[in-house]
Amino acid sequence: MGATVGSVLLSDGLVAVVKRDCPTCVLVEPVLRELGAAVWCQDDAGWFDGDDTELELSYRLGIETVPTLMRVEGGTETARVVGWSREQWEGLTGVTGLGPGLPEHRPGCGSLSVDPGRIDALEARYGGSGLSSRRVELADLEDEHEALFDRGWTDGLPVVPPTPERVLRMLRGTPRDPREVVAVVPPDLVECTVEKVAVNAVMAGCLPEHLPVVLAALEAACAEEFALHGLLATTYFSGPLIVVNGPVARRIGMNSGVNALGQGNRANATIGRALQLVERNVGGGRPGEVDRATLGNPGKTTFCFAEREEDSPFAPLAADRGVPGDAVTLFAGSGVQPVVDQLSRDPESLARTFAACLRVNAHPKLPMAFDAMLVVSPEHGRVFREAGWDRARLLAELDGLLTLPAGELLRGVGGMAEGVPANLAGADLPKFRPGGLLVAHAGGDAGLFSAIIGGWVSGEAGSSPVSREVHA
Amino acid sequence: MRTVLDPTGERQTSARELLPRPSSLRGRRVGLLDISKARGDVVLDRLEELLTADGAVVHRYRKPTFARTAPVDLRHEIAEQCEVVIEALAD
Repeated sequence: MGATVGSVLLSDGLVAVVKRDCPTCVLVEPVLRELGAAVWCQDDAGWFDGDDTELELSYRLGIETVPTLMRVEGGTETARVVGWSREQWEGLTGVTGLGPGLPEHRPGCGSLSVDPGRIDALEARYGGSGLSSRRVELADLEDEHEALFDRGWTDGLPVVPPTPERVLRMLRGTPRDPREVVAVVPPDLVECTVEKVAVNAVMAGCLPEHLPVVLAALEAACAEEFALHGLLATTYFSGPLIVVNGPVARRIGMNSGVNALGQGNRANATIGRALQLVERNVGGGRPGEVDRATLGNPGKTTFCFAEREEDSPFAPLAADRGVPGDAVTLFAGSGVQPVVDQLSRDPESLARTFAACLRVNAHPKLPMAFDAMLVVSPEHGRVFREAGWDRARLLAELDGLLTLPAGELLRGVGGMAEGVPANLAGADLPKFRPGGLLVAHAGGDAGLFSAIIGGWVSGEAGSSPVSREVHA
Repeated sequence: MRTVLDPTGERQTSARELLPRPSSLRGRRVGLLDISKARGDVVLDRLEELLTADGAVVHRYRKPTFARTAPVDLRHEIAEQCEVVIEALAD
Protein backbone atom coordinates (compact mmCIF):
# COMPACT_ATOMS: atom_id res chain seq x y z
CA MET A 1 0.00 0.00 0.00
CA GLY A 2 1.25 3.49 -0.75
CA ALA A 3 0.26 6.94 -1.88
CA THR A 4 0.78 8.65 -5.22
CA VAL A 5 1.91 12.22 -4.82
CA GLY A 6 2.00 13.77 -8.26
CA SER A 7 4.36 11.56 -10.23
CA VAL A 8 5.92 10.10 -7.06
CA LEU A 9 4.83 6.88 -5.37
CA LEU A 10 5.22 6.95 -1.59
CA SER A 11 5.34 3.61 0.25
CA ASP A 12 3.74 3.11 3.62
CA GLY A 13 6.16 3.56 6.48
CA LEU A 14 8.54 6.33 7.41
CA VAL A 15 9.24 9.02 4.85
CA ALA A 16 11.70 11.88 5.26
CA VAL A 17 12.66 14.92 3.18
CA VAL A 18 16.17 16.34 3.64
CA LYS A 19 18.77 18.47 1.97
CA ARG A 20 22.47 17.88 2.19
CA ASP A 21 23.20 21.57 2.68
CA CYS A 22 21.35 21.46 6.02
CA PRO A 23 23.60 20.64 9.03
CA THR A 24 20.66 19.16 10.95
CA CYS A 25 19.92 16.80 8.05
CA VAL A 26 23.58 15.70 8.02
CA LEU A 27 23.32 15.23 11.80
CA VAL A 28 20.32 12.89 11.56
CA GLU A 29 21.61 10.88 8.58
CA PRO A 30 22.59 7.84 10.73
CA VAL A 31 19.19 7.92 12.47
CA LEU A 32 17.33 7.91 9.16
CA ARG A 33 19.47 5.01 7.86
CA GLU A 34 18.93 3.08 11.10
CA LEU A 35 15.18 3.57 10.83
CA GLY A 36 15.16 2.44 7.19
CA ALA A 37 13.08 5.47 6.24
CA ALA A 38 12.40 6.32 2.58
CA VAL A 39 14.47 9.49 2.35
CA TRP A 40 14.10 12.09 -0.40
CA CYS A 41 16.87 14.61 -0.83
CA GLN A 42 16.32 18.04 -2.37
CA ASP A 43 19.86 18.95 -3.42
CA ASP A 44 21.83 15.75 -3.92
CA ALA A 45 20.28 12.97 -5.95
CA GLY A 46 22.83 10.44 -4.76
CA TRP A 47 22.72 10.97 -1.02
CA PHE A 48 19.73 8.71 -0.32
CA ASP A 49 17.57 6.55 -2.56
CA GLY A 50 14.94 9.24 -3.09
CA ASP A 51 15.73 12.00 -5.59
CA ASP A 52 13.61 15.11 -5.11
CA THR A 53 15.92 17.56 -6.82
CA GLU A 54 12.93 18.59 -8.98
CA LEU A 55 11.21 19.44 -5.64
CA GLU A 56 7.90 18.02 -6.82
CA LEU A 57 7.39 15.86 -3.74
CA SER A 58 8.49 18.67 -1.41
CA TYR A 59 6.10 21.10 -3.07
CA ARG A 60 3.15 18.74 -3.13
CA LEU A 61 3.66 17.66 0.49
CA GLY A 62 3.95 21.28 1.61
CA ILE A 63 7.41 20.77 3.12
CA GLU A 64 8.58 23.99 4.76
CA THR A 65 11.45 22.73 6.90
CA VAL A 66 14.09 20.02 6.46
CA PRO A 67 14.40 17.49 7.84
CA THR A 68 10.72 16.60 7.84
CA LEU A 69 9.85 13.11 9.04
CA MET A 70 6.42 11.65 8.24
CA ARG A 71 4.56 8.43 8.86
CA VAL A 72 2.46 7.14 5.96
CA GLU A 73 -0.20 4.50 6.69
CA GLY A 74 -2.68 3.12 4.23
CA GLY A 75 -1.56 5.72 1.68
CA THR A 76 -2.20 8.62 4.04
CA GLU A 77 0.16 10.77 6.05
CA THR A 78 -0.72 10.27 9.69
CA ALA A 79 2.06 12.12 11.51
CA ARG A 80 4.78 14.69 10.79
CA VAL A 81 7.62 16.31 12.72
CA VAL A 82 10.13 18.91 11.55
CA GLY A 83 13.75 19.46 12.58
CA TRP A 84 15.39 17.07 15.03
CA SER A 85 13.81 16.38 18.40
CA ARG A 86 14.60 13.01 19.96
CA GLU A 87 11.39 13.03 21.91
CA GLN A 88 9.22 13.82 18.89
CA TRP A 89 11.05 11.41 16.58
CA GLU A 90 10.70 8.63 19.14
CA GLY A 91 7.03 9.46 19.52
CA LEU A 92 6.44 9.33 15.79
CA THR A 93 8.47 6.17 15.11
CA GLY A 94 7.74 4.28 18.32
CA VAL A 95 11.49 3.52 18.50
CA THR A 96 13.43 4.49 21.59
CA GLY A 97 17.05 5.44 22.02
CA LEU A 98 17.36 7.22 18.67
CA GLY A 99 20.61 9.04 17.90
CA PRO A 100 22.29 8.44 21.24
CA GLY A 101 25.18 10.78 20.44
CA LEU A 102 22.96 13.62 19.23
CA PRO A 103 21.70 16.63 21.16
CA GLU A 104 18.10 16.52 22.37
CA HIS A 105 16.95 19.06 19.90
CA ARG A 106 18.20 20.85 16.81
CA PRO A 107 16.09 23.10 14.57
CA GLY A 108 15.96 22.34 10.86
CA CYS A 109 16.59 24.52 7.80
CA GLY A 110 14.28 26.03 5.23
CA SER A 111 13.02 23.73 2.51
CA LEU A 112 14.17 24.57 -1.02
CA SER A 113 10.54 24.22 -2.11
CA VAL A 114 9.62 27.42 -0.27
CA ASP A 115 12.67 29.35 -1.46
CA PRO A 116 11.34 32.67 -2.80
CA GLY A 117 13.46 32.20 -5.92
CA ARG A 118 11.85 28.86 -6.73
CA ILE A 119 8.29 28.97 -5.42
CA ASP A 120 6.81 30.64 -8.52
CA ALA A 121 8.29 28.07 -10.86
CA LEU A 122 7.05 25.22 -8.63
CA GLU A 123 3.60 26.71 -8.40
CA ALA A 124 3.47 27.15 -12.15
CA ARG A 125 4.63 23.57 -12.74
CA TYR A 126 2.86 21.61 -10.04
CA GLY A 127 0.30 23.87 -8.44
CA GLY A 128 -3.26 24.35 -9.45
CA SER A 129 -2.01 27.78 -10.51
CA GLY A 130 -5.48 29.18 -11.13
CA LEU A 131 -4.21 30.76 -14.34
CA SER A 132 -6.72 30.50 -17.12
CA SER A 133 -4.94 32.16 -20.05
CA ARG A 134 -4.28 29.94 -23.02
CA ARG A 135 -0.83 28.37 -22.77
CA VAL A 136 1.27 28.77 -25.86
CA GLU A 137 4.13 26.31 -26.31
CA LEU A 138 7.09 27.76 -28.13
CA ALA A 139 8.98 25.34 -30.32
CA ASP A 140 12.54 24.53 -29.33
CA LEU A 141 13.94 26.17 -32.44
CA GLU A 142 11.96 29.37 -32.01
CA ASP A 143 13.80 32.36 -30.61
CA GLU A 144 11.44 33.39 -27.82
CA HIS A 145 11.69 37.11 -28.53
CA GLU A 146 11.16 36.64 -32.25
CA ALA A 147 8.23 34.33 -31.46
CA LEU A 148 6.47 37.10 -29.54
CA PHE A 149 7.10 39.61 -32.32
CA ASP A 150 5.78 37.10 -34.85
CA ARG A 151 2.53 36.71 -32.94
CA GLY A 152 1.92 40.45 -33.04
CA TRP A 153 2.05 40.87 -29.26
CA THR A 154 4.67 43.59 -28.98
CA ASP A 155 4.67 47.34 -29.50
CA GLY A 156 7.79 47.25 -31.65
CA LEU A 157 10.18 46.76 -28.75
CA PRO A 158 11.06 43.36 -27.27
CA VAL A 159 8.87 42.17 -24.41
CA VAL A 160 9.61 39.95 -21.43
CA PRO A 161 8.18 36.49 -22.29
CA PRO A 162 5.11 36.02 -20.05
CA THR A 163 5.85 32.58 -18.64
CA PRO A 164 3.39 31.17 -16.10
CA GLU A 165 5.89 31.59 -13.27
CA ARG A 166 6.51 35.24 -14.12
CA VAL A 167 2.78 35.90 -14.29
CA LEU A 168 2.26 34.20 -10.92
CA ARG A 169 5.00 36.35 -9.45
CA MET A 170 3.39 39.46 -10.95
CA LEU A 171 0.04 38.51 -9.41
CA ARG A 172 1.64 38.60 -5.96
CA GLY A 173 1.61 42.37 -6.42
CA THR A 174 -2.13 42.51 -5.78
CA PRO A 175 -4.53 40.74 -3.44
CA ARG A 176 -7.17 40.76 -6.18
CA ASP A 177 -8.49 37.52 -7.66
CA PRO A 178 -6.81 36.82 -11.03
CA ARG A 179 -10.26 36.13 -12.51
CA GLU A 180 -11.72 39.45 -11.46
CA VAL A 181 -12.71 41.67 -14.39
CA VAL A 182 -10.90 45.01 -14.16
CA ALA A 183 -12.42 46.77 -17.14
CA VAL A 184 -14.03 46.31 -20.52
CA VAL A 185 -11.30 47.32 -22.95
CA PRO A 186 -12.03 49.03 -26.27
CA PRO A 187 -12.02 48.87 -29.20
CA ASP A 188 -13.09 45.21 -29.11
CA LEU A 189 -14.88 45.69 -25.77
CA VAL A 190 -13.19 42.69 -24.17
CA GLU A 191 -13.57 41.95 -20.47
CA CYS A 192 -10.04 42.16 -19.09
CA THR A 193 -9.17 40.16 -15.98
CA VAL A 194 -6.49 40.89 -13.39
CA GLU A 195 -4.61 37.92 -14.89
CA LYS A 196 -4.57 39.42 -18.40
CA VAL A 197 -3.30 42.70 -16.98
CA ALA A 198 -0.56 40.74 -15.18
CA VAL A 199 0.43 38.94 -18.40
CA ASN A 200 0.84 42.25 -20.21
CA ALA A 201 2.56 43.85 -17.22
CA VAL A 202 5.16 41.07 -17.31
CA MET A 203 5.68 41.74 -21.00
CA ALA A 204 6.05 45.47 -20.36
CA GLY A 205 8.79 44.79 -17.79
CA CYS A 206 6.83 45.71 -14.66
CA LEU A 207 7.65 44.55 -11.16
CA PRO A 208 4.84 43.09 -9.05
CA GLU A 209 4.68 46.27 -6.96
CA HIS A 210 3.82 48.22 -10.12
CA LEU A 211 0.72 46.12 -10.80
CA PRO A 212 -1.74 48.03 -8.57
CA VAL A 213 -0.90 51.23 -10.45
CA VAL A 214 -1.40 49.52 -13.80
CA LEU A 215 -4.76 48.16 -12.63
CA ALA A 216 -5.92 51.60 -11.49
CA ALA A 217 -4.70 53.16 -14.74
CA LEU A 218 -6.65 50.63 -16.78
CA GLU A 219 -9.82 51.23 -14.77
CA ALA A 220 -9.45 54.97 -15.32
CA ALA A 221 -8.63 54.61 -19.02
CA CYS A 222 -11.72 52.50 -19.59
CA ALA A 223 -14.09 54.88 -17.81
CA GLU A 224 -16.76 56.02 -20.25
CA GLU A 225 -15.81 59.70 -20.04
CA PHE A 226 -12.20 58.97 -21.01
CA ALA A 227 -13.39 57.78 -24.45
CA LEU A 228 -10.52 55.35 -24.98
CA HIS A 229 -11.96 53.99 -28.24
CA GLY A 230 -11.96 57.41 -29.85
CA LEU A 231 -8.59 58.27 -28.34
CA LEU A 232 -7.12 55.15 -29.90
CA ALA A 233 -8.85 55.55 -33.23
CA THR A 234 -8.21 59.25 -33.74
CA THR A 235 -6.00 60.64 -36.48
CA TYR A 236 -4.75 63.07 -33.78
CA PHE A 237 -1.48 62.60 -31.87
CA SER A 238 -2.77 61.67 -28.45
CA GLY A 239 -2.68 58.60 -26.25
CA PRO A 240 -3.18 57.86 -22.55
CA LEU A 241 -0.87 59.72 -20.14
CA ILE A 242 -0.72 58.56 -16.52
CA VAL A 243 0.12 60.91 -13.63
CA VAL A 244 0.66 59.13 -10.30
CA ASN A 245 0.07 60.76 -6.91
CA GLY A 246 0.52 59.63 -3.32
CA PRO A 247 3.08 57.68 -1.31
CA VAL A 248 2.84 54.73 -3.73
CA ALA A 249 4.88 56.67 -6.28
CA ARG A 250 7.98 56.85 -4.11
CA ARG A 251 7.41 53.38 -2.67
CA ILE A 252 7.62 51.76 -6.10
CA GLY A 253 10.50 53.96 -7.20
CA MET A 254 8.77 56.28 -9.65
CA ASN A 255 10.48 59.39 -10.95
CA SER A 256 8.97 62.83 -10.41
CA GLY A 257 12.27 64.68 -10.59
CA VAL A 258 15.12 64.98 -13.08
CA ASN A 259 13.93 63.91 -16.55
CA ALA A 260 10.49 63.00 -15.13
CA LEU A 261 8.90 62.96 -18.59
CA GLY A 262 11.85 61.14 -20.12
CA GLN A 263 13.51 57.75 -20.16
CA GLY A 264 15.50 55.83 -17.60
CA ASN A 265 13.07 54.99 -14.78
CA ARG A 266 11.71 51.47 -14.79
CA ALA A 267 8.42 52.17 -13.00
CA ASN A 268 7.54 55.19 -15.15
CA ALA A 269 8.49 53.39 -18.35
CA THR A 270 6.86 50.04 -17.72
CA ILE A 271 3.58 51.17 -16.12
CA GLY A 272 2.73 53.33 -19.12
CA ARG A 273 3.83 50.58 -21.46
CA ALA A 274 1.73 47.95 -19.67
CA LEU A 275 -1.41 50.03 -20.19
CA GLN A 276 -0.60 50.38 -23.86
CA LEU A 277 0.04 46.64 -24.24
CA VAL A 278 -3.31 45.81 -22.60
CA GLU A 279 -5.01 48.18 -25.01
CA ARG A 280 -3.22 46.52 -27.91
CA ASN A 281 -3.41 42.86 -26.95
CA VAL A 282 -6.64 42.62 -24.98
CA GLY A 283 -8.58 45.49 -26.53
CA GLY A 284 -7.31 44.81 -30.04
CA GLY A 285 -6.20 48.39 -30.67
CA ARG A 286 -3.33 48.28 -33.13
CA PRO A 287 -1.77 51.03 -35.23
CA GLY A 288 -2.87 50.92 -38.83
CA GLU A 289 -6.02 49.04 -37.84
CA VAL A 290 -8.31 50.87 -35.43
CA ASP A 291 -5.48 53.26 -34.47
CA ARG A 292 -5.45 55.71 -37.39
CA ALA A 293 -3.05 58.36 -36.04
CA THR A 294 -1.60 60.52 -38.78
CA LEU A 295 1.70 60.91 -36.92
CA GLY A 296 1.18 59.72 -33.35
CA ASN A 297 3.74 60.71 -30.74
CA PRO A 298 6.57 58.90 -28.93
CA GLY A 299 4.51 58.91 -25.72
CA LYS A 300 2.08 56.42 -27.22
CA THR A 301 4.63 53.72 -26.36
CA THR A 302 4.67 54.82 -22.74
CA PHE A 303 3.82 58.08 -20.97
CA CYS A 304 3.72 57.97 -17.19
CA PHE A 305 5.27 60.06 -14.44
CA ALA A 306 4.76 60.88 -10.79
CA GLU A 307 3.81 64.35 -9.62
CA ARG A 308 6.51 66.00 -7.50
CA GLU A 309 4.48 66.58 -4.36
CA GLU A 310 7.34 67.82 -2.21
CA ASP A 311 7.93 71.58 -2.47
CA SER A 312 4.97 71.85 -4.86
CA PRO A 313 2.94 75.05 -4.77
CA PHE A 314 -0.11 72.93 -5.57
CA ALA A 315 -2.10 70.25 -3.78
CA PRO A 316 -1.61 66.82 -5.38
CA LEU A 317 -3.34 66.76 -8.77
CA ALA A 318 -5.61 63.80 -8.01
CA ALA A 319 -6.45 65.15 -4.55
CA ASP A 320 -7.57 68.43 -6.13
CA ARG A 321 -9.76 66.32 -8.41
CA GLY A 322 -11.37 64.57 -5.44
CA VAL A 323 -9.17 61.47 -5.11
CA PRO A 324 -6.68 61.99 -2.27
CA GLY A 325 -3.78 59.64 -1.47
CA ASP A 326 -2.55 56.97 -3.87
CA ALA A 327 -4.16 57.73 -7.20
CA VAL A 328 -3.71 57.91 -10.95
CA THR A 329 -4.98 60.62 -13.25
CA LEU A 330 -5.42 59.70 -16.90
CA PHE A 331 -5.12 62.40 -19.50
CA ALA A 332 -5.36 62.15 -23.28
CA GLY A 333 -1.86 63.48 -23.89
CA SER A 334 -0.03 64.40 -27.07
CA GLY A 335 3.57 65.50 -27.30
CA VAL A 336 5.54 67.84 -25.09
CA GLN A 337 5.88 71.53 -25.94
CA PRO A 338 8.66 73.36 -24.10
CA VAL A 339 8.01 76.59 -22.19
CA VAL A 340 11.07 78.76 -21.54
CA ASP A 341 11.03 81.72 -19.16
CA GLN A 342 14.33 82.43 -17.43
CA LEU A 343 13.57 85.99 -16.42
CA SER A 344 10.15 86.10 -14.72
CA ARG A 345 10.44 86.32 -10.94
CA ASP A 346 6.85 87.26 -10.16
CA PRO A 347 3.78 85.10 -10.72
CA GLU A 348 1.94 87.56 -12.95
CA SER A 349 4.79 87.67 -15.47
CA LEU A 350 5.26 83.92 -15.42
CA ALA A 351 1.53 83.35 -15.86
CA ARG A 352 1.60 85.59 -18.94
CA THR A 353 4.39 83.41 -20.38
CA PHE A 354 2.35 80.30 -19.71
CA ALA A 355 -0.71 81.85 -21.33
CA ALA A 356 1.21 82.92 -24.43
CA CYS A 357 2.55 79.39 -24.88
CA LEU A 358 -0.77 77.71 -24.05
CA ARG A 359 -2.55 79.84 -26.60
CA VAL A 360 -0.89 77.96 -29.45
CA ASN A 361 -2.10 74.58 -28.17
CA ALA A 362 -3.18 72.75 -31.37
CA HIS A 363 -3.62 76.12 -33.14
CA PRO A 364 -3.50 79.70 -31.84
CA LYS A 365 -6.88 80.41 -33.43
CA LEU A 366 -8.77 77.38 -32.06
CA PRO A 367 -10.43 77.98 -28.66
CA MET A 368 -12.25 75.42 -26.48
CA ALA A 369 -11.27 72.62 -28.83
CA PHE A 370 -8.32 70.85 -27.21
CA ASP A 371 -7.36 70.25 -23.58
CA ALA A 372 -3.83 70.61 -22.24
CA MET A 373 -1.74 69.78 -19.18
CA LEU A 374 0.76 72.33 -17.91
CA VAL A 375 3.65 70.70 -16.04
CA VAL A 376 5.27 73.36 -13.86
CA SER A 377 8.91 72.72 -12.96
CA PRO A 378 10.28 73.28 -9.43
CA GLU A 379 12.09 76.51 -10.32
CA HIS A 380 8.94 77.95 -11.89
CA GLY A 381 6.85 76.46 -9.13
CA ARG A 382 8.91 78.30 -6.51
CA VAL A 383 7.75 81.63 -7.95
CA PHE A 384 4.13 80.66 -7.34
CA ARG A 385 4.82 79.04 -3.97
CA GLU A 386 6.62 82.08 -2.63
CA ALA A 387 3.80 84.31 -3.86
CA GLY A 388 1.19 82.05 -2.23
CA TRP A 389 -0.47 81.06 -5.49
CA ASP A 390 -2.14 77.66 -5.46
CA ARG A 391 -3.51 75.79 -8.48
CA ALA A 392 -6.88 77.54 -8.40
CA ARG A 393 -5.20 80.96 -8.29
CA LEU A 394 -2.96 80.16 -11.24
CA LEU A 395 -5.87 78.71 -13.26
CA ALA A 396 -7.98 81.79 -12.55
CA GLU A 397 -5.15 84.00 -13.80
CA LEU A 398 -4.72 81.88 -16.92
CA ASP A 399 -8.48 81.92 -17.56
CA GLY A 400 -8.37 85.69 -17.69
CA LEU A 401 -5.29 85.80 -19.88
CA LEU A 402 -6.68 83.17 -22.23
CA THR A 403 -10.07 84.74 -22.83
CA LEU A 404 -9.60 85.64 -26.44
CA PRO A 405 -11.49 88.15 -28.61
CA ALA A 406 -13.08 86.26 -31.49
CA GLY A 407 -11.92 88.97 -33.86
CA GLU A 408 -8.42 87.48 -33.60
CA LEU A 409 -9.66 83.97 -34.16
CA LEU A 410 -12.00 84.19 -37.13
CA ARG A 411 -11.39 82.12 -40.20
CA GLY A 412 -9.15 84.04 -42.56
CA VAL A 413 -7.74 86.40 -39.95
CA GLY A 414 -3.97 86.62 -40.11
CA GLY A 415 -4.04 85.11 -43.57
CA MET A 416 -4.94 81.70 -42.10
CA ALA A 417 -8.06 79.87 -43.21
CA GLU A 418 -8.21 77.97 -39.91
CA GLY A 419 -10.21 79.58 -37.12
CA VAL A 420 -13.70 79.99 -35.70
CA PRO A 421 -16.77 80.66 -37.90
CA ALA A 422 -17.89 84.20 -38.60
CA ASN A 423 -21.04 83.87 -36.50
CA LEU A 424 -18.86 84.05 -33.37
CA ALA A 425 -17.57 87.53 -34.27
CA GLY A 426 -17.74 89.91 -31.33
CA ALA A 427 -17.67 87.16 -28.68
CA ASP A 428 -14.95 86.58 -26.09
CA LEU A 429 -13.91 82.93 -26.25
CA PRO A 430 -11.98 80.96 -23.61
CA LYS A 431 -9.03 78.99 -24.94
CA PHE A 432 -9.89 76.13 -22.59
CA ARG A 433 -13.27 74.76 -21.56
CA PRO A 434 -13.81 74.69 -17.77
CA GLY A 435 -11.67 71.81 -16.47
CA GLY A 436 -9.85 71.51 -19.78
CA LEU A 437 -6.50 72.73 -18.45
CA LEU A 438 -4.72 70.57 -15.88
CA VAL A 439 -1.72 71.77 -13.88
CA ALA A 440 0.87 69.42 -12.37
CA HIS A 441 4.29 69.85 -10.75
CA ALA A 442 7.31 67.79 -11.78
CA GLY A 443 10.93 67.97 -12.83
CA GLY A 444 14.48 68.37 -11.61
CA ASP A 445 15.70 71.08 -9.26
CA ALA A 446 17.36 73.18 -11.94
CA GLY A 447 15.87 74.71 -15.04
CA LEU A 448 13.51 77.62 -15.57
CA PHE A 449 11.50 75.51 -18.00
CA SER A 450 8.02 74.07 -17.83
CA ALA A 451 6.13 71.85 -20.24
CA ILE A 452 2.81 71.89 -22.01
CA ILE A 453 1.44 68.48 -22.86
CA GLY A 454 -1.14 69.00 -25.54
CA GLY A 455 -4.39 67.14 -25.07
CA TRP A 456 -7.12 65.92 -27.36
CA VAL A 457 -10.66 66.88 -28.26
CA SER A 458 -12.04 68.09 -24.99
CA GLY A 459 -14.92 67.22 -22.74
CA GLU A 460 -18.17 65.60 -23.81
CA ALA A 461 -17.23 65.69 -27.49
CA GLY A 462 -13.99 63.86 -26.71
CA SER A 463 -12.10 62.86 -23.59
CA SER A 464 -12.31 64.06 -20.00
CA PRO A 465 -9.45 63.38 -17.57
CA VAL A 466 -10.19 60.62 -15.05
CA SER A 467 -8.71 60.09 -11.57
CA ARG A 468 -8.94 56.77 -9.73
CA GLU A 469 -7.62 55.46 -6.43
CA VAL A 470 -4.73 52.99 -6.47
CA HIS A 471 -5.62 50.04 -4.22
CA ALA A 472 -2.72 48.34 -2.50
CA MET B 1 9.75 23.47 -24.25
CA ARG B 2 8.97 26.99 -23.11
CA THR B 3 5.46 28.06 -22.32
CA VAL B 4 4.08 31.58 -22.39
CA LEU B 5 0.60 32.80 -21.56
CA ASP B 6 -1.54 34.36 -24.28
CA PRO B 7 -1.73 38.12 -23.60
CA THR B 8 -4.72 38.68 -25.88
CA GLY B 9 -8.42 38.80 -25.12
CA GLU B 10 -8.67 35.30 -26.70
CA ARG B 11 -11.79 36.39 -28.50
CA GLN B 12 -13.36 34.05 -30.99
CA THR B 13 -14.79 36.10 -33.80
CA SER B 14 -17.83 34.67 -35.49
CA ALA B 15 -17.72 34.59 -39.27
CA ARG B 16 -20.83 35.76 -41.09
CA GLU B 17 -21.69 35.46 -44.74
CA LEU B 18 -21.87 38.77 -46.60
CA LEU B 19 -25.14 39.49 -48.32
CA PRO B 20 -24.88 39.35 -52.11
CA ARG B 21 -23.78 42.65 -53.60
CA PRO B 22 -26.75 44.41 -55.25
CA SER B 23 -26.40 44.80 -59.01
CA SER B 24 -27.91 48.28 -58.89
CA LEU B 25 -28.67 50.92 -56.26
CA ARG B 26 -31.91 51.97 -57.99
CA GLY B 27 -34.70 52.01 -55.41
CA ARG B 28 -32.37 50.86 -52.61
CA ARG B 29 -32.25 52.65 -49.28
CA VAL B 30 -28.67 53.84 -48.76
CA GLY B 31 -27.36 55.16 -45.42
CA LEU B 32 -24.87 58.00 -45.13
CA LEU B 33 -23.55 58.69 -41.62
CA ASP B 34 -22.05 62.10 -40.89
CA ILE B 35 -19.48 61.56 -38.13
CA SER B 36 -19.50 65.29 -37.27
CA LYS B 37 -16.11 66.16 -38.68
CA ALA B 38 -15.51 69.59 -40.15
CA ARG B 39 -16.80 69.79 -43.73
CA GLY B 40 -18.01 66.20 -43.68
CA ASP B 41 -21.38 67.57 -44.77
CA VAL B 42 -19.81 68.92 -47.97
CA VAL B 43 -18.70 65.53 -49.20
CA LEU B 44 -21.87 63.80 -48.00
CA ASP B 45 -24.12 66.39 -49.71
CA ARG B 46 -22.34 65.68 -52.98
CA LEU B 47 -22.57 61.92 -52.46
CA GLU B 48 -26.29 62.25 -51.80
CA GLU B 49 -26.72 64.17 -55.06
CA LEU B 50 -24.89 61.50 -57.03
CA LEU B 51 -26.70 58.60 -55.37
CA THR B 52 -30.10 60.22 -55.81
CA ALA B 53 -29.32 60.77 -59.48
CA ASP B 54 -28.67 57.03 -59.71
CA GLY B 55 -32.12 56.36 -58.27
CA ALA B 56 -31.02 55.44 -54.72
CA VAL B 57 -33.11 56.51 -51.72
CA VAL B 58 -30.67 58.25 -49.36
CA HIS B 59 -31.14 58.38 -45.58
CA ARG B 60 -28.87 60.75 -43.65
CA TYR B 61 -27.64 60.13 -40.08
CA ARG B 62 -25.33 61.99 -37.78
CA LYS B 63 -23.16 60.97 -34.80
CA PRO B 64 -23.07 63.42 -31.87
CA THR B 65 -19.25 63.50 -31.98
CA PHE B 66 -16.56 62.01 -34.18
CA ALA B 67 -14.52 61.21 -31.08
CA ARG B 68 -16.85 58.48 -29.86
CA THR B 69 -18.46 55.42 -31.34
CA ALA B 70 -21.98 55.80 -32.69
CA PRO B 71 -24.65 55.32 -30.02
CA VAL B 72 -26.29 51.89 -29.99
CA ASP B 73 -29.70 53.34 -30.87
CA LEU B 74 -28.28 55.07 -33.94
CA ARG B 75 -26.61 51.90 -35.14
CA HIS B 76 -29.88 50.03 -34.66
CA GLU B 77 -31.78 52.70 -36.56
CA ILE B 78 -29.38 52.49 -39.52
CA ALA B 79 -29.57 48.70 -39.55
CA GLU B 80 -33.38 48.79 -39.50
CA GLN B 81 -33.82 51.44 -42.15
CA CYS B 82 -31.11 50.76 -44.72
CA GLU B 83 -30.37 48.07 -47.24
CA VAL B 84 -26.97 49.38 -48.25
CA VAL B 85 -24.34 51.22 -46.25
CA ILE B 86 -21.40 52.83 -47.96
CA GLU B 87 -18.43 52.21 -45.66
CA ALA B 88 -15.55 54.60 -46.01
CA LEU B 89 -13.03 56.39 -43.84
CA ALA B 90 -12.13 59.98 -44.39
CA ASP B 91 -10.68 62.85 -42.47
